[in-house]
Amino acid sequence: MSEVTYKQAITQALADELEADEDVLLLGEDIGAAGGVFKATEGLWERFGGQRVRDTPISEQAIVGAAIGASIRGLKPVAEIMFGDFAATCFDGIVNELPKYRYMTGGQVTLPVTIRMTVGAGGGFGAQHSQAVENWFLSIPGLKLVVPATPADAYGLLRAAIRDPDPVLYFEHKGLYNLKGELSGDGAPLALGSADVARAGEDVTVVATQAMRHRALAAADALADEGISVEVIDPRTLVPLDLNAIRASVDRTNRLVVVQEAAFAGTWGASLIAKVVQDGFESLDAPPRLVAAEDTPIPYAEALEDAWLPSVDDIAAAVRATAAF
Amino acid sequence: MSKTATKPAGEVGLERQLDFLRAMLEIRHFEDECHRLFAAGVVRGSTHLGQGQEAVSVGACGALREGDTMTCTYRGHAATLAMGAPLDRTFGEILGKAEGLCGGKGGSMHLTDVSRGAMGSFAIVGGHLPIACGFGLAAQHRGTEEVSLCFFGDGSTNIGAFHEALNLASIWKLPVVFVCENNLYGEYSPLASTTPVERLADRADAFAMAKERIDGNDVLLVHATIAAAAARARAGEGPTLVEALTYRHKGHSRSDPAAYRPEGELEQWLERDPIPRLEQALLGAGAEQERLDAVRAEAEQAVLDALERAKGWPDPALESRLEHVYA
Repeated sequence: MSEVTYKQAITQALADELEADEDVLLLGEDIGAAGGVFKATEGLWERFGGQRVRDTPISEQAIVGAAIGASIRGLKPVAEIMFGDFAATCFDGIVNELPKYRYMTGGQVTLPVTIRMTVGAGGGFGAQHSQAVENWFLSIPGLKLVVPATPADAYGLLRAAIRDPDPVLYFEHKGLYNLKGELSGDGAPLALGSADVARAGEDVTVVATQAMRHRALAAADALADEGISVEVIDPRTLVPLDLNAIRASVDRTNRLVVVQEAAFAGTWGASLIAKVVQDGFESLDAPPRLVAAEDTPIPYAEALEDAWLPSVDDIAAAVRATAAF
Repeated sequence: MSKTATKPAGEVGLERQLDFLRAMLEIRHFEDECHRLFAAGVVRGSTHLGQGQEAVSVGACGALREGDTMTCTYRGHAATLAMGAPLDRTFGEILGKAEGLCGGKGGSMHLTDVSRGAMGSFAIVGGHLPIACGFGLAAQHRGTEEVSLCFFGDGSTNIGAFHEALNLASIWKLPVVFVCENNLYGEYSPLASTTPVERLADRADAFAMAKERIDGNDVLLVHATIAAAAARARAGEGPTLVEALTYRHKGHSRSDPAAYRPEGELEQWLERDPIPRLEQALLGAGAEQERLDAVRAEAEQAVLDALERAKGWPDPALESRLEHVYA
């Protein structure tokens, strides 16, 4: 299969699910006639029509609520929140209604909703269009969180998200939209909750998602020249989290570094380290390290934004220190 | 009270009106029992009772068809019962029993009986209005003629979700009937202190939406109004905002004695209590007093029997707390 971009993989996954299932419909701001502000839905409105690829008002609460209601009546809505930061305007729908509805009703309803949202710094979008907001939703049981880093994962995980009977938040990293890669041959959906060993190694386990996965791989390349063998694991989904794959790796390397595009507090990286320490303290030969962004909003100017993001050098330094401990 | 106050009752015959009376009486007794249970400390958390507002729930839900849906607020006992949820399982949910509507995982503020179209009671003010649009969207997408009925209070008209939901429903012509139960108070605050428009139905104008403002204590008028709005929705003519003027006889929640009411206000509204009003109308239409007495006695007994059954049910199995997080 030929190479596609991460963005094309997303468009293809949406098209294939729209084609496969009449109950799938898309909702969002400018996703129809305009093809999406990032063109991730380009061509779908022309192909499937305005009833299935619906342009909405700028009303995130209405978008999420409409998706919730439609899902309970058997549809499989895919809602788009243009920038993840805007999820704050519909937080009630995402954290109080969507994940609690099934539980509060004793299982009387299922909610096969997918909410796509773009995340990620590095593009000069400033503090309100750049945050990796997946951590906002970590403490909300009932949601699944998908964070693809490659075109193949973007495709396979989006198809899986749409087919999943539970609410899935699907985070698209803007910095990866033009990344090229092969789709897997069969085009099948991937399982949610299955980590990918992006690079096998012996000395240190590095866990990273999305843009940080690629920086971790670059750091691993550099460290290989220094004789440090790094295993890079991409969980691909934060909920469910493939803890077994991470534990199995740490049991071999006895060293863990986690890299995330977010500040330290209240994050998946901090939670992962807490879990590994609590359950497997004896397997560790060094304190786990979290390579995190700085504790500020995301700055605009290029030099400032670059400095805010964990760099390849930051990751390499953390791995070196962990290996040398 | 409004231009619609003289609307004829429509095709509601005497037997159906007796059904409405029975339903309102059951709800009234149900709420009175809930009040006792909470006062006695038998039930946990909070509760929000709806004595005085029964005509809105019974009249509106009575205008729905099989397949239609209803969503309501945390003051939702009446609407859920009006959709046909069993009295005993509704008590069971409030008592936290395994046989409760939601297996004891929802409670007073989240009564739901999907099998009867009672799609949920929502405890975030305004949070369910966009969801009601989603039920309408599904009906429109599938080409069914199902209608989504959505109850909310006067206070909800000041929250963002109200405006987003009504705007979306109008632009897409969704088959939704929005029913604002205007009981004059948003929690403890009188409407005039929080809301610059007195006629809440007029908020529909901002969305080019059909509107009605009616006496919500007249069950037949409520029924006729919602039936007409539902018919428009089924015909693809879009949503309606109905403002039903009514009054809650009790405070906002268990901890509220409603001391903020002006003297004499409650008494004035008790004179407009929807239940005696319907009884008077029935007598005028030829129903016999004995029949009304029988309905009243049967309703009270049904509630007492249901409560006794529910009290006897076991608590939920502890393992059930781990179920229904994911499908």
